[in-house]
Amino acid sequence: MSQPSPSEAGLERLQRDALGYFLRTANPENGLIADSSRPGAPCSIAATGLGLAALVVGAARGFVPRREAAARTLAALRFFRDSPQGEEPDATGHRGFYYHFLDMTTGRRIWDCELSMIDTAILIAGVLTSGNYFSAASDDEREIRELARLLYERIDWPWAVHGGRVVSMGWKPGMGFLTYGWEGYSEAMLLYLLGLGSPSHPLRADSYGAWTATYQWENLYDVDFLFAGPLFTHQLSHLWIDFRGIRDPFMREKRSDYFENSRRATLVQRHYAVRNPNWLEGYGERCWGFTSGPGPGFGKQRGADGLERQFYGYAARGVPFGPDDGTLAPWATLASLPFAPEIVLPALDHFRTTYPDVTSDDGLLTSFNPTFDAGDGSRTGWLCGEHFGLDQGPVVLMIENYRSGLLWSLMRDCPAFVTGLRRAGFREGWLLGSGR
Amino acid sequence: MSPTVSEDPHVELLPDDPYDAELLANVRPAGWTNPPPARRYNLVVLGAGTAGLVAATGAAGLGAKVALVEKDLLGGDCLNVGCVPSKAMLRAARLYTDLDDAARFTGSVLPSPAVDFTAAMERMRRLRAHLSRRDSAERLHALGIDVFLGEASFVDRRRVEVGGALLAFEKALIATGSRAARPGVDGLEAAGYLTNETIFNLTERPRRLLVIGGGPLGCELAQAFCRLGSEVTIASQEPYFLPGEERDAAEILAQALRRDGVDVRLNTVVKSVAREGAEKRARLVNYDQDVTVAVDEILAGVGRVPNVERLNLEAAGVAYDLERGVHVNDFLRTTNRRIYAAGDVALEQKYTHAADATARLVIQNALFRGRKRLSSLVIPWCTYTDPEIAHVGIYVRNARERGFPLKTFTVPMSDVDRAVLDGEAEGFVKIHVRDGTDTILGATIVARHAGEIINEISLAMVAGIGLKTLEQVIHCYPTQAEAIQQAGDAYTRTRLTPRLKALSRRWLAWSRRGR
Repeated sequence: MSQPSPSEAGLERLQRDALGYFLRTANPENGLIADSSRPGAPCSIAATGLGLAALVVGAARGFVPRREAAARTLAALRFFRDSPQGEEPDATGHRGFYYHFLDMTTGRRIWDCELSMIDTAILIAGVLTSGNYFSAASDDEREIRELARLLYERIDWPWAVHGGRVVSMGWKPGMGFLTYGWEGYSEAMLLYLLGLGSPSHPLRADSYGAWTATYQWENLYDVDFLFAGPLFTHQLSHLWIDFRGIRDPFMREKRSDYFENSRRATLVQRHYAVRNPNWLEGYGERCWGFTSGPGPGFGKQRGADGLERQFYGYAARGVPFGPDDGTLAPWATLASLPFAPEIVLPALDHFRTTYPDVTSDDGLLTSFNPTFDAGDGSRTGWLCGEHFGLDQGPVVLMIENYRSGLLWSLMRDCPAFVTGLRRAGFREGWLLGSGR
Repeated sequence: MSPTVSEDPHVELLPDDPYDAELLANVRPAGWTNPPPARRYNLVVLGAGTAGLVAATGAAGLGAKVALVEKDLLGGDCLNVGCVPSKAMLRAARLYTDLDDAARFTGSVLPSPAVDFTAAMERMRRLRAHLSRRDSAERLHALGIDVFLGEASFVDRRRVEVGGALLAFEKALIATGSRAARPGVDGLEAAGYLTNETIFNLTERPRRLLVIGGGPLGCELAQAFCRLGSEVTIASQEPYFLPGEERDAAEILAQALRRDGVDVRLNTVVKSVAREGAEKRARLVNYDQDVTVAVDEILAGVGRVPNVERLNLEAAGVAYDLERGVHVNDFLRTTNRRIYAAGDVALEQKYTHAADATARLVIQNALFRGRKRLSSLVIPWCTYTDPEIAHVGIYVRNARERGFPLKTFTVPMSDVDRAVLDGEAEGFVKIHVRDGTDTILGATIVARHAGEIINEISLAMVAGIGLKTLEQVIHCYPTQAEAIQQAGDAYTRTRLTPRLKALSRRWLAWSRRGR
C-alpha cells in the first residue's frame, strides 16, 4: 500500500478549495449560499448553514480575514431575522423553520418546495457555530451572538411533531405536513438534539425515544453497527458533535458510541467495495464512498462485459442495498477522515492518482461513475460537473475536526447541543465536565 | 327446502372458456342439489374458502358430521381470484423478464419474444381448473361432507338457514372471508375498475394500466402487467410500498419496480377518475403536484373488508364490526361460545396459510375442547414480487417498543454462492435475535425465492431452535437457503470473545511446540 497522502498541506489545500465554494456562490447582500455551482442554482438553506460553519474554519485558519467572515455571517443572520415568516406560499420560512430552497436574490421560497425540518437544523447548526465562535466584544460579533440565539429560539420544534411522536419531514402551505416523519437512524440525529436543546420551544424528551425505536442494530460483514445505508447519514451530526465517549441509552446497551459506529459504518463501505457484488468498475480497498447524491441519470447501458446495467440520477445510494450503479462520491469518503484515517487517506490518494479529474481547484467534484461510458473514453466515466454545498461543507469541517477538533471543541460549549444531548439521555465522557 | 341452487355466484368467470367451464363444474356445479340436512351437525361451516375447506375436511376426516355452506365458488378467493391465478400470471411474467435478461447468461442479446398475454391468461385458467379438483363439490361430498350451495344466515344461536333448509349445529365456524375494499375515489365507480375479483378475466392485455394501492396485490400485479407489456403506473398514498414492512425491503421493491419500467408514484393520492371515450383519466396528486394520466384499465388494491353482512350475526349473538370483522378471542371463539371464526373474516393477517392454520386450530378448540391460542401461531407471509419479500415474527419497531434488545444478522444475497450463480443476488436475509442470545424473534427476507427460504426460519421459531443450531444444520451446497447458515456462522463468530480467541491461540501454540 502506498504511503498515505496527502500531507497536512494537501489536506489544507482541499479545505481551502472547498471553502472557496462558499465564498464564490454566496450572495454578499444576504449571505445565502447556492445549492450547487450550476448557474442559476437556488439557495439551499442547508448549504448556507454549512457555509456559516465553513467560514468559522476559514477564519480560524486564516483563509478568510475574521472581519470578512463576521461580515458575511452577519449578512446571512440579518437576512434570516428580517425575512418573512408565515403561511403565505412565498415566505422564507414559517414558525422559525425555513423552506428547503430559496431564491438567491429575494430569499423567498421557490419551486413549491417544502418547509424542511432537517435543512433548517443544518442551517441552525451553522448559525450556532457562528454564535459560539464569534466571541469578541465588537459590535459585529455581539450582534452575531444575539441573532444566533434569536434564530434558534424562535423555532417552534413541537409544532413540527404535529400531534404525533416524531418530527415531520416537512410542511407545505395550504397542504400541511408531509406524511412521513424522521424515524430510524439517520442524519436527523442533529435535528432531534437541536429540538431537545431548545430553551424556548423544546421537543418532548420522548420524541427521541420514538426516533430511536426504529434503530436497527445489525451484524453485516462481521461488523456490529447501527445501520444506515448512505455514508453521509453517519457523518452529518458528527460535523458538529464530538460523539467520542458519550452515549445515549441505546449505545450504552450496545457498548458502543456514535463515533465508533461511524467508524464501523465506514469500514462496512470498504468491505462492500472489496466484495463489489455488482462487478462495477474501480471498486476496491481504496475505492469506495457510497452516499446520496447525483448519478449519470436514469437509463440502461450495456457495458463492455456484455451486461446491461441500470443507472440512476439522484438517488439515496447506500451499502449494501444500493441502488448501486457504480457511482462513487469521493467527498463522502473524505468526510469519514476523523473516523478511519488509515483507510480514508489511501482512498483519497487513489482517487487523486487514478481519477485526477475528480479534483479541481474548486474542490472535489461531487461524484463520478467509472462504470458508465460517457463516450469520451475517459477512465473516470461519468463525472458530475457540479459542486454542491452539501458536499463541500463536510469536506471543510471534517478535515478540520481531523486536524484540530475545532468544531467539536467549539460546540462542546454550545448550550443547545449540551442540553439536547443530556435530554436525549447522553451521559459520560466530556459531557461530565460541560456546563449547561 | 329448496332442492337446487337458488342463486348465481357473484364472481364472474368466462362463460365460453372450457377451462372456466371445468372450474365451474368443480366449484359450482350446475344443477347441484343440496342434500337433506342431518338432524344435527357437529360442525356447520359458513364459507368454503381455505379456512372453511380445511375445517370441513379436517373435521370430517376425524368423524364429525359436517355441513359446508358456500354462496359463491368453492375454493374461495385463493383458488378462484387470489393466490392461484395471480401466481400463475406472475410465473409467466417472470419468464418473459428472464428471456429479456438472457444476455446475462448467454452473452448475446436474444430477440425478445412477443408477449402472448392471451396465452398466459389461458395457461392460468387451465392450471386453476386443474387445481380446483381438490376443492370440488364432488370430492367434498365423497368425503362425507354435506355441501350446501346458497347463502347462509343464522336463525338463532344454534341454527343456520340456507335455501330454506335449517341446519342445527353443536358448533359452527364462520369462514366467510373478505372482499376487495372500494377505493372511494370520485368518479371511479362510474368509470369502472377492476379488482382481484375481475382482473383475471382479462383476455386482452390493457395497453395502459393504473394500479391504485401499494400493498401486496398492487405491487405484484403492477410488476406482472408491466412485465407482460402493459404501461403501468402505480399510485400509493404511502411513502413506501408494503406499509409496515421493513424499509430496506420496501426500498428494494421500489427499485425493482422502477427498473422493470413501472411508473412509481408514492405519496400520491388518486383524487378522481373520469371516463373519456374509451379511456379513463385519473387525476394523481402528490402534495402540490397535480397530474392526469390516461389509462385503459384501473386496478384497485386498497385492502380487504370482511364479509360479515347478511349472515344475521345478531340472531346468533356474534359480535362484529364492518372493519375488523367477527370478534374472536385468542381461542378464535366468538361471543357465542358455540361459534368460532377463522380466516380473513376475523384475522388481521389475511393470508391463505393463516386461514388454513386458524381452521386447524378451530377443529381442536371447537370439537375436542382444545385450548390452542391464536397468539401462539407463528404466521409468516410473503409478497410475490420479484424479488419476493417475506417476513415472520417480530419487527424491529415492535421489539424496541416491547423492550427487547434486538440484534439483526444480515446476509446480503450477493454473499450467497448459489444466488450469485443463479444471477439472483439481489436482496438479503435478516434474522432478528434477542441481543446476547441466539433466540430467533423474527426475520425479513428479500430474495427471488424468499417465500421458500423463510420456511426454515418459521420452523426454527415454532420448534424453538436458535440461530446457533441453524448454523450446525448442514445445508446443501450450493443453495440459496445457505444464507441462513451464514447468519448462524456470523452469530457464532460474535461469540468468539477476545478471551476465547487468546485461549485458543495459546492452546494451538502449545499443540505445535514439538518435543
